Amino acid sequence: MKRNSKIWWGLALAVVSMVLFSCAKKEDVVILGEFGSLTGGTATFGKSTQRGIEMALEEVNKAGGIQGKPVRIVVEDDQSKPEEAATAVKKLVNQDKVLMVLGEVASSRSLAGAPICQEAKVPMITPSSTNPKVTQVGDYIFRVCFLDPFQGEVMAKFARNTLKTSKAAILKDIKNDYSVGLAQFFTETFKNLGGAVIAEESYSEGDIEFRAQLTSLKAKKPDVIFIPGYYTEVGLIARQARDLGITIPLIGGDGWDSPRLIEIGGKALENTYYSNHYTPDDPRPEVQKFLADFKAKYNEIPDAMAPLGYDAARIAFDAIKRSGILDEKNIKDAYRQNTQAKSLMEAINTPGNRERIRDALAQTKDFPGVTGLITIDENRNAKKAAVVLKIEDGKLKYVETISP
Amino acid sequence: MSEFLQQLINGIAWGSIYALIALGYTMVYGVLRLINFAHGDVYMVGAFAGFYAVKWLGLAQEPTIFGAVAVFLLSMGCCGILGFVIERGAYKPLRKAPRLTALITAIGVSLFLENAGQLIFGADPKFFPQIIAKKDVISSGGIILTNQQVIVLGVSLLLMVSLQLFVLKTKTGKAMRAVSFNREAASLMGISVDRIISITFVLGSALAGAAAILVGLTNPKIEPLMGIMPGIKAFVAAVLGGIGNIPGAMLGGMIMGIAEVMVVGYLSSTYRDAIAFAILILILLFKPSGLLGGFTGEKA
Repeated sequence: MKRNSKIWWGLALAVVSMVLFSCAKKEDVVILGEFGSLTGGTATFGKSTQRGIEMALEEVNKAGGIQGKPVRIVVEDDQSKPEEAATAVKKLVNQDKVLMVLGEVASSRSLAGAPICQEAKVPMITPSSTNPKVTQVGDYIFRVCFLDPFQGEVMAKFARNTLKTSKAAILKDIKNDYSVGLAQFFTETFKNLGGAVIAEESYSEGDIEFRAQLTSLKAKKPDVIFIPGYYTEVGLIARQARDLGITIPLIGGDGWDSPRLIEIGGKALENTYYSNHYTPDDPRPEVQKFLADFKAKYNEIPDAMAPLGYDAARIAFDAIKRSGILDEKNIKDAYRQNTQAKSLMEAINTPGNRERIRDALAQTKDFPGVTGLITIDENRNAKKAAVVLKIEDGKLKYVETISP
Repeated sequence: MSEFLQQLINGIAWGSIYALIALGYTMVYGVLRLINFAHGDVYMVGAFAGFYAVKWLGLAQEPTIFGAVAVFLLSMGCCGILGFVIERGAYKPLRKAPRLTALITAIGVSLFLENAGQLIFGADPKFFPQIIAKKDVISSGGIILTNQQVIVLGVSLLLMVSLQLFVLKTKTGKAMRAVSFNREAASLMGISVDRIISITFVLGSALAGAAAILVGLTNPKIEPLMGIMPGIKAFVAAVLGGIGNIPGAMLGGMIMGIAEVMVVGYLSSTYRDAIAFAILILILLFKPSGLLGGFTGEKA
């Protein structure tokens, strides 16, 4: 008898949970996915991007969603590791069945996630991976930032034309696609402009001792050192360079952009410059509104990753709207074709609809982003200018804008 | 020439850190025949203990000698206590178990500390405040030697010599050597083996804490996974010098540090990690007992 009642309880529980489960599934939301380094070595990249995306998400939902449909973003942490990035994207695509994917900052991790999105034909937008290979993965992969060739070019032009240097040395992170790419394009442009790259040394992410490389660079007497690394190492490199009596300018790319850089590097970062996607000093109304909102919400000045995340998310929302897949008629058709569909996402998340989003993304033109006017070119990359910043008294100072 | 001298200075300063960590491996191995893979992570905890000590004492703004010594002792103390807890909690219950069990437990403790570190301290790298202001001691002819490098070398030599004196001259040191030689016989002679093993762990771990503060001085970036590579390198250094041998660990650490810096300086940084393992393979092939290690037959 007792056993029997147990079975009844079990059945009742199963029925109740089924009812609850199916209720929960009936929400009319549009679901996107995001993967980023919320923990791990470059955690500030992922966290900052996430804040930008979060702001865009709040804004769109406050305004009633995309064509009246609220948006939800499923966030997966990849612990700053490429292999975890692949797992995170697989989960977003296969398990959460998201309509689009946003992420990553690091090129090596975007490169791990992109093939999975391409295979499943889920459009992916990387906010800030600058390595050219990322969008070459396939026609579903987009980016809203400039590329390494351009960034390498910008810093080479800056070193040659503004700093008037002629002998450059390079210290790159050999394990990082981004860093190796930047170094290569810097070298090409710097040589074309009549300068010479007289020495090249390398390190690996996670190193803390750079005196050996710096000592051998110093012996070759360069005028400027290009360090296309991430803030995690650059702060220490600058410190040890100054310890060894290297006083020449150190220059780098957007991987430097984090408040942690100045915390670790301190005074050693005087006389250093890096290229970036935006500057808080920009007077354009988009920038100033974003700054004010960001400060109100998080009480700090955003680095470049936050506005790029914000722009990526807004371009994604804009493309979904322009694709017309959320038009009344289209949704009705989707339900008619898939009578089994229990939710909006199940109905509209079809290869055909995702292709329409892809096409809409590809047609993005002069989108007024915080990081500049964004136009997606035929290679699914964004065309825009870069700014060069100087670190002075622990603060960032705008130096100049270099256009493509 | 000046470049070579500068590299040598870099190598010696870097090697003395390896040497300090290697001492912990060697001591524990000597007494317990256990490779304590968690040692590199004890070093990490030492760095964070120092980091919070500096904050707590409010030294980040105005460094003082007294404050630096206090941070040093606090970090060593924390690591010592951690070493004691690890030994009592994880290794002592396995004293009678096969050696492999203890080894795997050591790896487990290591993973536990790494992940707990990420949970508690956060995975983001942190800046280790400068507890001693930097000054150049020598700065001529293209060579620069900072007071911080001198302190690193001086303090590590001091610690190594005092450890050697402790092991050779004191009663506890004698007991340590006895336990290392033959645990059963030592216990028959009235030596409390458990106590000696605990002391060994406390001392070894405290040295890792000291190494952590010295690294914080010259390479001021700390993160929860910072112990992995130095831990492995220091292990290689200990094997190179002859595991179980204290002067051997010092020598091994120095050789490792100088070899790495020279390889990076004159060849390529890609070989930095390779050199350590090349040394390990060579030493295991040609002199498995290490440079200074005598022949010790495999004990049953």
